[in-house]
Amino acid sequence: MKLLTHNMLTSHVKGVTRGYPLLIKATEVKVSEVEFNPQFVSRMIPKLEWSALVQAAEGLGHLNDLPAELVPGYENNEEFLRKVHRVLLEVEVMEGSLRCPESGREFPISRGIPNMLLNEDEA
Amino acid sequence: MDSNDDGNVKTAKMTKANKKVLRKQMKASHLLLKHEGIETVSHSTQNLVVANGGLGNGVSREQLQEVLRESGSVERLLMPPNKPYSFVTYGCTEDARRCHAALNGRQLQCQGHTATLYLCFVDKVGLYSGISAEMPPGLKVLENFVTPEEEAQLLEAVDWTSCDGGGNDDAVQKTLKHRRVKHFGYEFRYDNNNVDKNKPLPGGLPAVCGVVLERCLVQNHISIRPDQLTVNEYQPGQGIPSHVDTHSAFEDTILSLSLGAKTVMDFRHPDGHSVAVMLPRRSLLIMKGESRYLWTHGITPRKFDMVPVSNTEKPVTVTPDPCDLTLNERGTRTSFTFRKVRHKPCDCVYPSACDSQQALQVPLPRTLPGTDVDAVRLESQFVHSVYEEIAGHFSNTRHSPWPRVGDFLRSLPPGAMVADVGCGNGKYLGINPSVFTVGCDRSRNLVQICADRGFQAFVSDALEVPLRSGVCDACISVAVIHHFSTQERRLAAIRELVRVLRPGGRVLLYVWALEQEYHSQKSKYLKERGVSPLERTGPTSAVQTDTNISAARLDQPELSIHMNRMAFSSQDLLVPWHLKGSVQKNSQGPGLPGTGGRQPVSRGDPVYHRYYHVFHEGELEELCRRVRNVTMESSYYDQGNWCVILQKTM
Repeated sequence: MKLLTHNMLTSHVKGVTRGYPLLIKATEVKVSEVEFNPQFVSRMIPKLEWSALVQAAEGLGHLNDLPAELVPGYENNEEFLRKVHRVLLEVEVMEGSLRCPESGREFPISRGIPNMLLNEDEA
Repeated sequence: MDSNDDGNVKTAKMTKANKKVLRKQMKASHLLLKHEGIETVSHSTQNLVVANGGLGNGVSREQLQEVLRESGSVERLLMPPNKPYSFVTYGCTEDARRCHAALNGRQLQCQGHTATLYLCFVDKVGLYSGISAEMPPGLKVLENFVTPEEEAQLLEAVDWTSCDGGGNDDAVQKTLKHRRVKHFGYEFRYDNNNVDKNKPLPGGLPAVCGVVLERCLVQNHISIRPDQLTVNEYQPGQGIPSHVDTHSAFEDTILSLSLGAKTVMDFRHPDGHSVAVMLPRRSLLIMKGESRYLWTHGITPRKFDMVPVSNTEKPVTVTPDPCDLTLNERGTRTSFTFRKVRHKPCDCVYPSACDSQQALQVPLPRTLPGTDVDAVRLESQFVHSVYEEIAGHFSNTRHSPWPRVGDFLRSLPPGAMVADVGCGNGKYLGINPSVFTVGCDRSRNLVQICADRGFQAFVSDALEVPLRSGVCDACISVAVIHHFSTQERRLAAIRELVRVLRPGGRVLLYVWALEQEYHSQKSKYLKERGVSPLERTGPTSAVQTDTNISAARLDQPELSIHMNRMAFSSQDLLVPWHLKGSVQKNSQGPGLPGTGGRQPVSRGDPVYHRYYHVFHEGELEELCRRVRNVTMESSYYDQGNWCVILQKTM
């Protein structure tokens, strides 16, 4: 699970109103190189929940100097876009879990795959 | 790639042996790219990939390190778990180049076989960081639970020779395929995985066990004294298949002593998450609660275990940290497993793994569901479990994307966020590289295929998609909604897709059509018919679930079984799937040629049935009109499918 995917995911346990962002508990993290495409990264940024990304990256120890607030004019700031690229697309959680901030329900991540299935009584 | 990359042109002819090494090295680098996505480079770098020098082909860290150090100082050696290669990073390029020259083609004698190393330079080496995994809940391993003297006494108490002649020994001894086993107190029967509760064996447990059990009671690991003991002897290379100890046979806590040698035991949660736990010699394993009732445990039959270098004698979880793994040669291990026989049905909180509670469940009728609960059960049996079983074969028959789905995806603006809900093997996830696509599917095995292909995917249900509302610019749902067995559930699935769209976002829906002939044109599905008469499975043929099916409910119509490649006789039906090559159940087996259901099937292939609701003309549009805040951009018929594109308005 890349952090870009994590940024889209939310807890959907029945009755939960604040299920976002999911808290990552990682036991294995992989960093692998992905080709850098500045336009792609800069198009993704407005779609992100920035604070959730910063929180996730920090929790994994891969904050990579990302600022707490999004800086204006990032479209032309290659250094910044490279940092975001790394955090969004190169850092991957391979093993661990995602925790719902409200209900505490944990969704396991195994071989890079989050399992978000709910039990019958949770749906 | 070879040693003349420093610019010197070597005119001397290569020897035959040199040529062979070069050829093999090229092959190794090709295989690494093809199977692992590792790109090798022709210029020298600090990093080398060592093909055939991995834990997966029996090379230990110590052994590899020794030969690597001959060429210079090794900064880092990564040995990924179960892989037949390693990565080495030297302090400087010069050392790496020297190593390449010295070791390429070198033969290493290891654990009874020869490994020939082939080296290639790589630009980058992936970084891993591993923290030790958590033990399954309820699991404990206590070090040095018995003394070496007690260990010797316990091992002596098992007389493996005594009952070979069928004598009057009180215990029952069996030689299983993979290990030697002896039972005391009660015989554990492998035919029904249970004990004969009315037939205790004479003699009870060996007296020497008393001290150990007393210690367990005093230290509160158990509250009742166990009355059944199973002794297993594992030679190196032997193991035990993954299993949960039968709930109805034994009470909660299970104790197991490891004597003679250490081993690694694999625990697996039903969701696929697994933890390898080291069981040191003379340690006590305690399985309680979730770890006893829900997780399976087993020992992989092999002669070497991957163990962390740093902590070889501690009860730890073994995480795949490639910086810290080596091989441990197994010795003969004898386990003493103590259990308390259960006399009432199990009432644990894990009914999915509980034989006592499953026996009480009513078998599923093969009729259209009358209630939502029935619908969930029907889909669970005739959709979800079937896809899990057929995932590998299904994926091998799903190569080419449907052209108009591809057109839709390619029409999206760069940078769009896209969700493929019910993504199957991920054939649409990489169609448009300028957008970001995530896939999800109910089948873990199919999602694993997507992940192995490098796509972002997660496991989830199409009725509860765990994506935040409004996050997607587009969604696709191709051949998914027809698997829901009530109209309300089909509608809910469409609403869920609309929920994750932003205003202005679009969703493409494809469902199977009742009309397989439209405007006098037969669909591809019908045209592909008729290669083999065996392919057609009539209503009289055996269904794999027949044994579970009781009398159908009279108030609901019965589901008919569809004849493959024929016109549909009704809207709700079971469509047979002939599983080919069923020995390879999972996605990791070798690929089968794409048969597309066209080849004759052999009689031995198991048949699975998937539930479908095929849509009649206008039905999909009608359903979509019940969804609020959308406009219908277009609707069309495409090769036996009804299709709709919706746009979210607000």
